[in-house]
Amino acid sequence: MHLRTFIKDSADLFRISAAGACPMIYKVISKTEFRKFIDALVKHNTAYGPRQVDTGSGGKPIYQFRPVTSADEIDFDYTVTHSSAKHFFLPFRDELSRFSFEDGNWEQEVRYEAPPLILIGLRPCDISAINMLDEVMLHGPYPSPYYLARRKNTFIIGMDHLPLPDCFCKSMNRHTVNHGFNLFCSDIGDKYYLSINSSKAYSFLKEFMLEEPSYEDNCLLIERRKMIKHSFETNIEVTGLPVFLDIEFDSPIWQKWGDKCLSCGSCAMVCPTCYCYSVEERFDIDLKGSSRQNHLYSCNLVDFAQVAGGHNFRPRNGDRLKYRYYHHYRGFAANDNQQICVGCNRCGRACLADINPKDVINDLRLERESCMICVSPSPDRT
Amino acid sequence: MNHLGFKIEKMKIGSFDFTCCEGCQLQLANKESTLPAFLGLLDIRNFREISSERHDDYDIALVEGSITRSDEIERLKAIRAQAQVLVAFGTCACFGGVNSLKNKIPADEAVRGVYGDKAVETMPSTKISDIVTVDFMIPGCPVSKAEVERVVIGIVTRSLNNLPKYPVCVDCKQKLNTCLFDLGEVCLGPVTKAGCDAVCPSGKTACLGCRGPADDMNFPSFLQLVREKGLSHEEMMEKLTFYNGFADYLDHER
Repeated sequence: MHLRTFIKDSADLFRISAAGACPMIYKVISKTEFRKFIDALVKHNTAYGPRQVDTGSGGKPIYQFRPVTSADEIDFDYTVTHSSAKHFFLPFRDELSRFSFEDGNWEQEVRYEAPPLILIGLRPCDISAINMLDEVMLHGPYPSPYYLARRKNTFIIGMDHLPLPDCFCKSMNRHTVNHGFNLFCSDIGDKYYLSINSSKAYSFLKEFMLEEPSYEDNCLLIERRKMIKHSFETNIEVTGLPVFLDIEFDSPIWQKWGDKCLSCGSCAMVCPTCYCYSVEERFDIDLKGSSRQNHLYSCNLVDFAQVAGGHNFRPRNGDRLKYRYYHHYRGFAANDNQQICVGCNRCGRACLADINPKDVINDLRLERESCMICVSPSPDRT
Repeated sequence: MNHLGFKIEKMKIGSFDFTCCEGCQLQLANKESTLPAFLGLLDIRNFREISSERHDDYDIALVEGSITRSDEIERLKAIRAQAQVLVAFGTCACFGGVNSLKNKIPADEAVRGVYGDKAVETMPSTKISDIVTVDFMIPGCPVSKAEVERVVIGIVTRSLNNLPKYPVCVDCKQKLNTCLFDLGEVCLGPVTKAGCDAVCPSGKTACLGCRGPADDMNFPSFLQLVREKGLSHEEMMEKLTFYNGFADYLDHER
């Protein structure tokens, strides 16, 4: 796919997002029939779905998105994957271009090829995260053709789930999602309530036994949504957080948490929205060519802010940790009117030093609130 | 050789082994698919595993192994005097390596265990930077050939040449591995310098830190992690001392 195609694709994408405003098609499908549908889909395509990869020492299953070739391999009732689905769109290491050198001259080759891919079982927070990456990668001044190619060629099937005790996506208002997927499945017992959001999904599904949602199905869906909404055990108060963060720029809290931080970048690797990267050039060993690659990086890593000449703008753990929080909860909110965290708490689960957004943000708020006791409360609204 | 208008000279190298298994040097002759191109960048002046020719006009010396005998000290100093650039090649040269395990027991006991009654001169295993100035380190047990290739290309083309500064966890997470701490094991990934592609944890074997400490790694937090997970302090110490890469941190703790 070359540049001309890319421009055409951009227009396509615009049409897709415009089409998103069209009403969604709702159907129900029995779980048995749904498995048949998935089975047919994954047998003929490259597909990834949640699979148990290990059992943790506490006896809890550990899931990841892994290749699947039949419905039987998929853990439809999984909890959450340890790593997000980000790397299907932003690979951890990606070749941006290849150079070839001959007779003192050079040529550059750029490819935006992405084979079609099916992702099964993404949670609303995962899909929201991809929608945010769309903002960054497609709707900024320099859209990424690499990302666009993958995004367009990926078919996403979402599935709802009951939150884990540490999920806080409701606080971020990301526990539901209404766009960014081809098909979304809500579990209503023996059936899935399907939200069909693309003509491709609809034409695939036509081959299978679908029913119109009955009155009872609609009630079950509403019950399911209510149950999910009321099952959250972790809530974080994020209202006004950008202002809090502005005020707390020099707070000792950052160094306190920074002292714990291992600067290992695990949080950013598993995060569904962390997209920071570094670019490097790698020569072929015969020096006849080279590869320009980007490599997902993390602002927690020691040399993230190191510049030519060796100066490091953020040599301390606390400064680096702070900037990760600022990017997620302040910078992005100020620029795009949304916080870039979806509340999946993958960072918290992956962190060996027990650092998680809930504790850091609560700590920050606690410090600020403890010094506001002299401020009289506003009168109640009547 | 001319490359994009820059004159490129082959690296005149000598490769030398001290107390080691020569496994790192063997890596130089490994990875057959790129071996001819790799050797094309080198002018091998002295390297007993590849060539029987011996010349002493090398510019770059790759030194494998730790120092455990007095005659090795003299030989190492002579290499340093000749080389413009001296590279500590592999974990033994960089940190003392697995040979340092014997430093934990009395020398005569170690000799008797290996050589019986034969009298053998031996000293505590030390890293080569205790004896001579080291310009560059390529750690690993064994070294990664892919990384050696990048370093050689960097030197030949005079381009930027950096080993990763961050810990193994970055590579390990990118491989979607299950964290070994989640499986109840002590892994040195969070404190060890990356660049190995997390090869051990990818095979469900805990990192033993052969590449030494990551830059500015957080040792107190790591100790706390092992403590809070209720994992064995002995197991942690055994791993931290296995390659002797964390000696500076452990001395500091004592």
